[in-house]
Amino acid sequence: MNREGIAARFHLDYPDFALDVDLLLPGRGVSALFGHSGSGKTTLLRCIAGLEQARGRLRVDGETWQDGKHFLPTHQRPLGYVFQEASLFPHLSVMGNLRYGLRRVPAAARRVSLDDAIELLGIGHLLARRPDRLSGGERQRVAIARALAPSPRLLLMDEPLAALDQARKQEILPYLERLHGELEIPLVYVTHSADEVAHLADHLVIMDDGRAVASGPLSETLARLDLPIRLGEETGVVLQARIAERDARWHLARAEFPGGSLWVKDPGRDIGAAIRLRVLARDVSLALDPHDRTSILNRLPAVVSGLSEGGHPSARLAQLQMGDSLLLCRLTARSVDALGLETGSRVWAQIKTAAIIE
Amino acid sequence: MSEANLTALLLSLKLASVVTLLLLLVGTPIAWWLARTRSRWKAPVGAVVALPIVLPPSVLGFYLLVAMGPEGPVGQFTRAMGWGTLPFTFTGLVIASVIYSLPFMVQPLQNAFQAIGERPLETAATLRAGPWDRFFSVAIPLARPGFITGGILAFAHTIGEFGVVLMIGGNIPGETRVASVLVYDYVEALEYADAHWLAGVMLAFAFLVLLALYALNPERRGQGR
Amino acid sequence: MKRPLRLLSILLLLASPLATAGTVKVAVAANFIKPMRAIAAAFERDNGHRVQLAAGSSGKLYAQIRHGAPFDLFLSADADKPARLASEGLAVPGSRFTYALGALVLWSADPGLVDDAGTVLRQGRFEHLALANPKLAPYGAAARATLQRLGLWEALKPRMVFGENIAQTYQFVHSGNAQLGFVARAQVMADGRLSAGSAWPVPQTMHPPIRQDAVLLDRGRDNPAATALLAYLRSAPVRALIRSHGYALPAEDAAA
Repeated sequence: MNREGIAARFHLDYPDFALDVDLLLPGRGVSALFGHSGSGKTTLLRCIAGLEQARGRLRVDGETWQDGKHFLPTHQRPLGYVFQEASLFPHLSVMGNLRYGLRRVPAAARRVSLDDAIELLGIGHLLARRPDRLSGGERQRVAIARALAPSPRLLLMDEPLAALDQARKQEILPYLERLHGELEIPLVYVTHSADEVAHLADHLVIMDDGRAVASGPLSETLARLDLPIRLGEETGVVLQARIAERDARWHLARAEFPGGSLWVKDPGRDIGAAIRLRVLARDVSLALDPHDRTSILNRLPAVVSGLSEGGHPSARLAQLQMGDSLLLCRLTARSVDALGLETGSRVWAQIKTAAIIE
Repeated sequence: MSEANLTALLLSLKLASVVTLLLLLVGTPIAWWLARTRSRWKAPVGAVVALPIVLPPSVLGFYLLVAMGPEGPVGQFTRAMGWGTLPFTFTGLVIASVIYSLPFMVQPLQNAFQAIGERPLETAATLRAGPWDRFFSVAIPLARPGFITGGILAFAHTIGEFGVVLMIGGNIPGETRVASVLVYDYVEALEYADAHWLAGVMLAFAFLVLLALYALNPERRGQGR
Repeated sequence: MKRPLRLLSILLLLASPLATAGTVKVAVAANFIKPMRAIAAAFERDNGHRVQLAAGSSGKLYAQIRHGAPFDLFLSADADKPARLASEGLAVPGSRFTYALGALVLWSADPGLVDDAGTVLRQGRFEHLALANPKLAPYGAAARATLQRLGLWEALKPRMVFGENIAQTYQFVHSGNAQLGFVARAQVMADGRLSAGSAWPVPQTMHPPIRQDAVLLDRGRDNPAATALLAYLRSAPVRALIRSHGYALPAEDAAA
């Protein structure tokens, strides 16, 4: 729906911090702003919301929110914002919170129904409660529904799960995934969790020291060898796949992606369902020959499309091309030498596990 | 109770009510500004507002008497406007009391506004609320404890005010002779029985006010966000 | 070696006046504090005793004395309170005498307002008339008597503002908030002349005399310094000094 997407160019100079970005984000799906704390991702989000007054330009969906001459104040920007802490108004009930933004939008501009938002976040039973009678997870769900209620044209979320414990995160992630699946609203999502990126993002922006050091579609960006930010054990790619076949006897399913397919635990989804597969670099090993007898189920032909340092003198990271898809593989420098690997080498990639995400 | 006592008590109540109402109107924007400004004028303005807390009422009353007098700047202005001078009038007492009780309204309010922090207001802005809207729909409800404390303190302080009233009031029954001044008169005139009556009523009143204050504002409400 | 010597000399310095002379503690009505300071200084010079003055409204001083305040002598602004103390057994009955008579003036800070016959009161070219609270201050009672005598008390009532004492009344008039008021002659006279504004000296016949009485308090009964000061107050030079401050004296009154 948004031909232009989000075009943001910001400069901000604080005594101890400078933001300098020039980004184009897609007008649909989830764009994750990923980086360490202090990398400027939250500041960038606040600039988009107009909570921070940076110099620069911002166009959303073909509309100018900010340029050299004009600055649309936050309350005139059709956005929804979810803060790290739910920040519900303590003097209003859940319903009062939900209606706060809704009431301030003319009926003609309402595209999201409040009932849908309540249903989507599963908070129908909480409406009469006071915010201080809610659990942390419930509060954050109410905050998300509250941001949706005024029918924003852009959703902004600032680490909405960071303040929650693991159990609460698992409680909310499915709601966010539903949001992703069912809403047409583009979402800019700040996080420092690679796991959340793998779950939610379609587009990935990597922030470091106030700058956007990488920006692109999720799979491509994650598979880059020159990623300036180290993910360590979480280095890996995300593959967009579909269920192509189910093996009832062994409870397995074959997930097909552009360039190959993998046997994974049967997620119980129908044939043709879209899923995400997360393949970590440490779970991929290489062989020159297709060994016959091994416990590893998934063995795919690939071409080495790049090699790089692996974060330790003993380690290397290999990028593998499989049709239209890319994988990353962590291996030792000694193995690289022993197998005589170089760009263009034909190899067999053995994938120990692939996590199904969606 | 004698008619003089009743008149004085009613006058005290009327004065305190009018002053509290005016202080809500005057004190709220000052407290809001003090709570949020980063201006270099914050410290001087805060100090001026707090002056009545440390100044003896006689000093304040003396300056008010001079300033509001025909030769003073305020007096020259009110005379030029055709309003006469303010001392010895109920209006004059109201203005003096507003000044004198200002910090008792502003400081609790300022603290309450500061305690709100930036976040609820930012949240409201992302939910389409403009600056005035945010102020009335978020800041004021969240500052409720400050309004209760400030209102009660300002009211009670005006009832108990004595020195300033004595200086600029002129002791006119029904106009400027409030209860606290009348008690003083009784004591000075050695009319201790009347003094006891009126002083007793005021003591009971002060106790009830403080009781209400503590009952309405127990600790801090709510457990975090 | 040096330090004990110095200490000793300080002790001697402190002790010597005590050894040779007494101290008298005097409670003085606020309106008389200025002449009393001059009198006390002269008394200390002539007699070697020490005088400690505490000024306040007569009502407050009276209440303090009743509750055991350590005064030897009480110079009240009226005749009533010393009499009460005597009848309550807190003062020496025979010691009471009038040390000064207050003189009332109708005064304005405006040099052209008050004529020397007080007709301004009838013309009414003023907004507020200040007087001391008649219930509390003898000057207020005298002002009320004067206005009643002139038949103006009821008519002027709406314009009256009341000072708690004669000092505050003076302040009302001095600041111009009240255009005129009844104040003490002592407040507006300097060196026997009007220091500012315009005034009508109210004839003593218009009101009962404003008698300011002194009394020896029970606590000062055996204090030689107290009895000495009491006698000193009646001496000719002191009477002259009191007159020069704008007060009258009983003998003078009788002569007039």
